[in-house]
Amino acid sequence: MNSLRPRLVRRDRSEPDGRLARRAKSGTFLPVFLILIAGVSLASAKPIVIGSKKFTESYVLGEIARRALNDANVATEHRQGMGGTIILWQALRGGQIDAYPEYTGTIAQEILRNGHQLSFQEIRDALGKFGVGMTEPLGFNNTYALVMRSSEAQRLGVRTISDLRKHPELKIGLTHEFLDRQDGWHPLRERYGLSQQSVIGIDHALGYAALANGSIDVKDAYSTDAKIEENGLVVLEDDLRFFPKYDAVFLFRSSMSPDSINALHRLEGTLDENRMIHLNMEAERTKNYTFAANLYFEDDGRSANSLGETFQHKLARWTLRHLELAGFSLLLSVIVGIPLGIFASRGGIIGHGILGFASMVQTIPSLALLALLVPLPFFGISVRTAIAALFLYGLLPIVRNTASGLQDIPRSLRESAIALGLSPATRLWQIYLPMASRSILSGIKTSAVINIGTATLAALIGAGGLGEPILSGLNLNDNVTILQGAIPAALLALVVQWLFDGLDRVLIPKGLRL
Amino acid sequence: MSALVKLADVSKRYADAIALHATNLSIERGKTTILIGPSGCGKSTLLRLIIRLIEPDSGSIEFNGEPITPDTIGALRRRIGYVIQEGGLFPHLTARANVLLMARHIGKSENEMRNRLVDLCDLTRFSTTLLSRYPVELSGGQRQRVGLMRALMLSPELLLLDEPLGALDPLVRAALQKDLKEIFARLQQTALFVTHDLAEAIYFGDEIVLMHDGRVVQKGSVTDLREKPADPFVSEFINAQRGVTLT
Repeated sequence: MNSLRPRLVRRDRSEPDGRLARRAKSGTFLPVFLILIAGVSLASAKPIVIGSKKFTESYVLGEIARRALNDANVATEHRQGMGGTIILWQALRGGQIDAYPEYTGTIAQEILRNGHQLSFQEIRDALGKFGVGMTEPLGFNNTYALVMRSSEAQRLGVRTISDLRKHPELKIGLTHEFLDRQDGWHPLRERYGLSQQSVIGIDHALGYAALANGSIDVKDAYSTDAKIEENGLVVLEDDLRFFPKYDAVFLFRSSMSPDSINALHRLEGTLDENRMIHLNMEAERTKNYTFAANLYFEDDGRSANSLGETFQHKLARWTLRHLELAGFSLLLSVIVGIPLGIFASRGGIIGHGILGFASMVQTIPSLALLALLVPLPFFGISVRTAIAALFLYGLLPIVRNTASGLQDIPRSLRESAIALGLSPATRLWQIYLPMASRSILSGIKTSAVINIGTATLAALIGAGGLGEPILSGLNLNDNVTILQGAIPAALLALVVQWLFDGLDRVLIPKGLRL
Repeated sequence: MSALVKLADVSKRYADAIALHATNLSIERGKTTILIGPSGCGKSTLLRLIIRLIEPDSGSIEFNGEPITPDTIGALRRRIGYVIQEGGLFPHLTARANVLLMARHIGKSENEMRNRLVDLCDLTRFSTTLLSRYPVELSGGQRQRVGLMRALMLSPELLLLDEPLGALDPLVRAALQKDLKEIFARLQQTALFVTHDLAEAIYFGDEIVLMHDGRVVQKGSVTDLREKPADPFVSEFINAQRGVTLT
C-alpha cells in the first residue's frame, strides 16, 4: 500500500510555461505582482502546446516535437507528463493541447475502444471524425511487454508469457493504467490462462525498484524502455501474439497551422527502436529531456541554450506559478468562505449544511477531487482546475473558523450590541467580525499553509508549480530533483506562516491583542 | 405620576419552564424601581422583555403610551439605556469608541459628541485620560463607569440596569452605588434596576418590586415590604438578608 502514495503524486507532471519563464527572466518575479502577472499571462496569445504522458519516452518525444516546431518558427511549449491516455486525449479534443505522442495500439484500444484490430488507415479515418490528425509511424514499435529479472527467469525456466502458467506463486506488479486497459492485464490473463493471485498496482518507475528488491517478480514495461537492459531484466515473449502493434505517432488537432503539421510530418520514419532506447537511456542518465531530445537533432547539447533553463529560472518559474495557484485559490476561499461562515454561525439547517458540505469536500482525496473536476466543461487540464480544487480545500478552515469565531462571542456582548440599537449590518461589521478576527485570520492562515502544500499536486494536471520537480524527481528516482521542489515548498509555507503572523498585528484590533 | 413603561399581562415561557407568568407592572417616571428576588425569579427576563432581547408570548408592553413592537423597538432602543454586569464593553474598541459607538452610528456631530463625552466623564467620575484605553486595560469599576456612560450617551428616558454591580468587590461597589445614586438624582433618571441584594435595593429603591417564581409577589417601599408582607415569602426573603443588611 505504500506504493500507492508516490503513485498518486506521480500521475503526471508539467513543464515549461514559456510565458511565465520569460517573465521570470525579465526579473519581475516578486509575489507582489503575482496577480497582475497571472492575469496578463492568462490573457496573452496561445502558442502551440505539446502534451506528453508521464513516462520518459513520452517526455523525450514531446521535447523532440517542441524543438521541431520551434525550428520551424512556431512558438511552442511543452506540458510534460500530464497523465495517462484519457487525460491527454481529452486535453487534445478540448484544445488545451494541440499535439502529443501516442501509440497506434493505444489509439485503437483505449481511444477508439475497438474490439478488433484496426488497420492504420482505419485508425486515421476514425480520428478524422474528431478533428484529430495522425502522422505516419515515427519508426519504432513500443509494445507492452512483461518483464522479469533475468536470473529469476533462468532459474524458473520462464521464457514466454505462457510459461508463467507453471508458476502461480509469482508476484505481479502492474501500472494502474495497464491493470485497467482493454488490452491490459485482464484480457491478457484470460488469453494466457494465468492464475497468479498476487497482483498489485504500482507506479511504473517504482515498479522497477520493487522488481529489483524482489517485492514483485513480474511487471509490465514498454519494449523500448531503457530500464530493461539497465536493470538486468528480460522481456517475456508474447507467444500468443496478444499485444497489438504500438507504433509511435503524433496525434494533432487538424486545425493546427500547416507549418506545425508539416514540422510533425518531418519526424515520420526517423526514429528506430535502437535510437529510441538510446535517447531514453540518455534522458534517464542526464535527467534532462531537452538534452536527450537535442541528441535526436544531432546536437551535442553542450551550448547553454540547448541545456534548457538555468536552475534559478526554473525555480523562479515554479515558485511564481506555485504562488499564483495558492494565492488565487486562497483569495477565492476568503471571498466565499467568510460569508459562508457567517451563515453557518447562525446554525439551523443551512448552517449545518454549509459546515457539512465544507467538511465533506475536505474528505475527498485531493487527487480524486482533481480527477472529478477534469472532465467537467470549463475545467479540463488547466490552471483553472487546480485553482478550483485548491479553493474547495481552502474553504473548510475559513468557514469553520469564521463560524466558531462568531459563535464564541459572549451572549452578553451580542445582546449589548442589539440593545444599543445598532443595525444588523453595523453589528456584523463593527462588532462581531472584528471580535472574531483572530479566529477568522487563523482559519485563513491554516488555509494558506494547506494550499501551499496541496498546490504541489497541481502538477498532476499540468498546472505547474513546485510539484513539477517533485513529480519529475519521483519519475526519475532522483532525490535531488524531488528536493528542488520539496525544500522551496516547505520554505514557502514557513514564509507564508510568518507573513500571516505579521498580518495578525495589522488586522486584529489592538484591544484583542493586549 | 405617569408611568413611562407599562406591562399588561406579559408572559414568557421557555421550552419547559415558565419564566414569567402573566404580569402587570408600571415603571414610574423619574423614579428608581428595583426588581429584586432570588436567582431565576424572572427579574432579568422582565428587563430583557422591555428592551426586546426576547419576545413575549403574550401581553403588551407600552413605552410612553406607545406599544413596543418589533417595528418600533429599533427607534425605541435609542431612548433606552442598557447596562449589564462588567459593562458589556466591546473588547476591540477603546473606552471612547465604546461610549460613542451609537452616537457615531446615527451621525451626531463630532463637536456634540466631544462635549457630551466630557459631561459624562464628569458625571460618572471617569478620568478623560483613560478614554483611550481598551477594556482589558481598565479595572472592573472603571469598565462599569464606561458602560454607564455608553448607556447614558444619548440621554435615554429609561435606564435598564441588570445587576450592574454584581461582579465588583465591596469597596468599589460601595463607591459606585453612591455615584450611581447621585447620577440618578441629578438626571432625575427613570431607572429599572435589577439586583438580588436587599441592601442595594433599599439604598436605591423608591419602589421595590419583589419577584418569586416568575411572579411579582409585592410592590411597594421597603417599609411596606417589611411591615405589610403580602406573602410569607416576602418576610422570608427580607429576614434572610436582614442579618447582612442591618448589622
